[in-house]
Order: sequence, then C-alpha cells, then structure tokens
Amino acid sequence: MAEVRAEMVANVWKVVATEGDQVEDGDTLVILESMKMEIPVLAEEAGTLAKLHVGEGDVVQEGDLIATIS
Amino acid sequence: MLESVLVANRGEIARRIIATTRRLGIRSVAVYSEADADLPFVREADEAVPIGPPPPAQSYLDADAIIAAADRSAAVAIHPGYGFLSENAAFAQRVLAEELTWVGPPPQAIEQMGDKINARNLMHRAGVPVAMGSTDPVTDAAAALAEAERIGYPVMVKAAAGGGGIGMSAATGPEALQTAFETARTRAERFFGSPAILLERFIERARHVEVQIMGLNDGSVVALGERDCSVQRRHQKVAEETPSPGVSPQLRESLLEAGLRAGEAVGYRGAGTVEFLLDVRKQEFVFLEMNTRLQVEHPVTELVTGIDLVEQQFLIAAGEPASFSPQDVRHDGHALEFRVYAEDPVRFLPSPGAITQWEQPAGPGIRVDAGYEAGNKVTPFYDPLLAKLCVHAQTRDQALGLAREAVAAFRLAGPKTNLPFHADLLTSEAFVSGDYDTSVVAGLRP
Repeated sequence: MAEVRAEMVANVWKVVATEGDQVEDGDTLVILESMKMEIPVLAEEAGTLAKLHVGEGDVVQEGDLIATIS
Repeated sequence: MLESVLVANRGEIARRIIATTRRLGIRSVAVYSEADADLPFVREADEAVPIGPPPPAQSYLDADAIIAAADRSAAVAIHPGYGFLSENAAFAQRVLAEELTWVGPPPQAIEQMGDKINARNLMHRAGVPVAMGSTDPVTDAAAALAEAERIGYPVMVKAAAGGGGIGMSAATGPEALQTAFETARTRAERFFGSPAILLERFIERARHVEVQIMGLNDGSVVALGERDCSVQRRHQKVAEETPSPGVSPQLRESLLEAGLRAGEAVGYRGAGTVEFLLDVRKQEFVFLEMNTRLQVEHPVTELVTGIDLVEQQFLIAAGEPASFSPQDVRHDGHALEFRVYAEDPVRFLPSPGAITQWEQPAGPGIRVDAGYEAGNKVTPFYDPLLAKLCVHAQTRDQALGLAREAVAAFRLAGPKTNLPFHADLLTSEAFVSGDYDTSVVAGLRP
C-alpha cells in the first residue's frame, strides 16, 4: 500500500484518475491548485488506485491523504 | 488632484498605492476579501470595505462588489493595481460609465493590447518589430501544425488573451507542438475565457527587456528607461534590474523609440510597459506584449529616476500634467528587484502558511514593498508574492553587494520562501557577470 499525500494547502482542481485504475509510477492522479499554480499529484509507484480520498473543489491541508495505491 | 481613490487590489501593491495617497493627501479606500482582513493594506487605508469570500471571482474580480464599495465609500476614482481587473477593458468602461475616474489607460487601449494577435498586427503596422508569427487565431491542432511549418521550429505557443506566462510553452517539433497546443488551449479557456491561440517564432537565447512608458495629457508619450526581466521561472519574473546589463546605448535608443511608437499607436495615457524579447546573438529585438497598467517591477524605475510612478498615474487620471518635465529625466545608478515568493527555493512549488517571523532589511539604498507582516497568514487563493526587495546604488557591483546583505538580513519564517534562491542567484557567475538570458534560472536549478 502506498499513500499519496498533499504537499501543501491547495484546492483540488481536477480529479484525473478513477478508483480501480491501473496506474504507473509518474501518472497524474489529481491536479491541485494553489497560488495560481496547477500542481499535478503523481503516483509514486505502479499499482491499482484503491481509493481516492478527495473530490474536485475540496480543500486539502499539507499532509492530507489524497490517494491510496495497492 | 483626486479627492479619493479606491484601490481594487490587495497585498503589496495595494499597500504601495496607499503609501502614495497618504503622501499626496488623497483619501484611500481599500477593498478586501475575507482571507485578507488582517493584512497591512487593510489597516493602512483610510477606510476598508469587505467585498466577499476568498476566491478572486467572488471578491477582487467581482466588478459589482467593487463598484458597490466605491458607492458606499463615496470614492471618486478606482486604481486597479496589476492583475485582477487592471487589464479588463469592460471593467474600465464600467468605471467610466459610473462617472468615476479610472486610474489607467483608455479602455480602448486596453482592448487593443489585450488580444495579443491584434496587438502584434497593430505593432507591425506601426513599425515596431514583431517576431514571425500568427496574424489570425489558430483554432485547431492541424492549423497549428501548418502554421508552425510556415514559421519554422522552434515555435512558442500561447494564449491570445493570456498573460503571466500561463499556458505558454515552446515546441521544437510536430510532436511537442501537439502537446503544447492542447495545454495552451485548455489553460486559455480556463484562465482567460478564450481558446484563441497564437504561434510565434521562438528565440533560443533571449533577454526579456521592457520599456516603461508614460502617456501624458498633452498627447505625448515619454519613455522612462528599460528594465531587464530575464530572470524567470515558469515564464514568470523573479528578479529585475535597470539599466539592463545586456543593452548597449545604441540598442537602448532603438528600444525606447520602439516603446514610444507602441504607446503612440494606441493613444496611450498613464503608465504602461512595452515588453520586448532581445535576441542575444543577433542583437535584435521584437515586440512581445504591452501591459496596460502599473507593472510589478516598477520600483526599480522609481529608484533610478526618483519619479513616483503612482503619483503620475493619479495626476494623469485627474487631467493634470506630470510632476516631472520629460527633458529633465535622469537615470541615476543601478537598481534591482528581487521578488520574495512563498514557495520552496528548489522546485518553486507554492508554500502557503502562517508567518511566524518577519524582519525585513532596511537602510540606505534598500526599499522593501511588503504585503505581509508577522502574524499574517499566506493563503492559497492568490499569487505567492510576499514582498519585493529592491536595492539602489551607484554601480551594478555595489547594488549586487547591497542585495547580498539585504537577502541575508531578511528573516522570514513560516511559509518556505525563495530567499535562498536569490542568495544563489546573487553568487552565480552568469547573473553576477550580467551576461545572462531567460535560461539563467534553469541553469541554477537543473
């Protein structure tokens, strides 16, 4: 199990991946927006996207769980 | 002179504009979103009106809320600062229709320069050099490929209605072009509400040099020197200086002349900036765009000329002559600006957060335009600019020395900042030598 967490306070602009997707290392899962910048959140290992913990429009704090890859 | 001014902006620029209103005895009105209630600009204004929740669309971009705030505070003029509504011709028109004074250029000049394709065509007709590129919007990927073939790779792909480097990227071949085109189109729609794209010949070793102009009420346009803005990350400026170390006296003369011609072509009034790309190898420049507003980096021009550009904006908006005579403008010494951003100094990713310590440098030759102070919270809703650290000295070497000391003396804790990047920049061979181009940041952060 790998956990993908937010690196900063941000708004979730776009959810790119869907739960159940097979993802590769480096695939974009969601795109955050902070300070007028888009920040893609990437899978850090290959696997199945077991759970997405955020939806579009959510506000995430630094360290918040974004996705779980199994 | 104007009796009162509403400042339709936030952070450092709102505070800087309010500083001039105080000096001139103009009543100032700040507007602020819920996220900004504790910032210094709100407290320093004579009056402050809340205009809505944190997202810009519901506050600083909400024209109705701003006009209502002007009504409520009986402000007679609106200064838009930069960003937000400053280059929105419809808003400028609305301000005038409400019988308020617009501290900015005629709405028509904003409109003509706002569309980059139109601006390019207009400049070409006025005899200002433009890069080979689109004369009409590029609407689909196939058209983009054909256009790139005509222009020749590498090409720059950007939003016609855009600015701030958003959605802009270079393509070296057909495959990269496809990606660049899609990115530009998505961002153009999202950020600027128009999918129109333009392609331009990309210059590989370029300096970004801009000319500060001022359109006066007698119809003349004055050029107040150039600024070098080649230190950029993600096509956004990080540090600026004047004079440009890459511009010879002869080249400067042609640049200033082209800046004047650009302003005259649109009947410009007030403060504006004409941006050029200078091909380092060929020593030729082309028109990039015109910013029809006060520029972020205007302080370096103020430091070497001794002219308060915001004061000139107020005078011109009030129908009065400028406070200086164009033939007496002198450029004294060298000035640099370093933008202090709330971002990590290596990857340049945003870093909002609470500011626990803020001790800024002070002393002769140092100017800090700050938007925040200790105890404030930097929120993710707006750009990451915390402060502009500016230095002024007789020579560039002295100014660099002063800047090194000032960067080291700036104590800021809470959000990560790019101050360590500025320290690196100030000791890098390329920057210190003055012989650098827009790739200087990439060279320092490979």
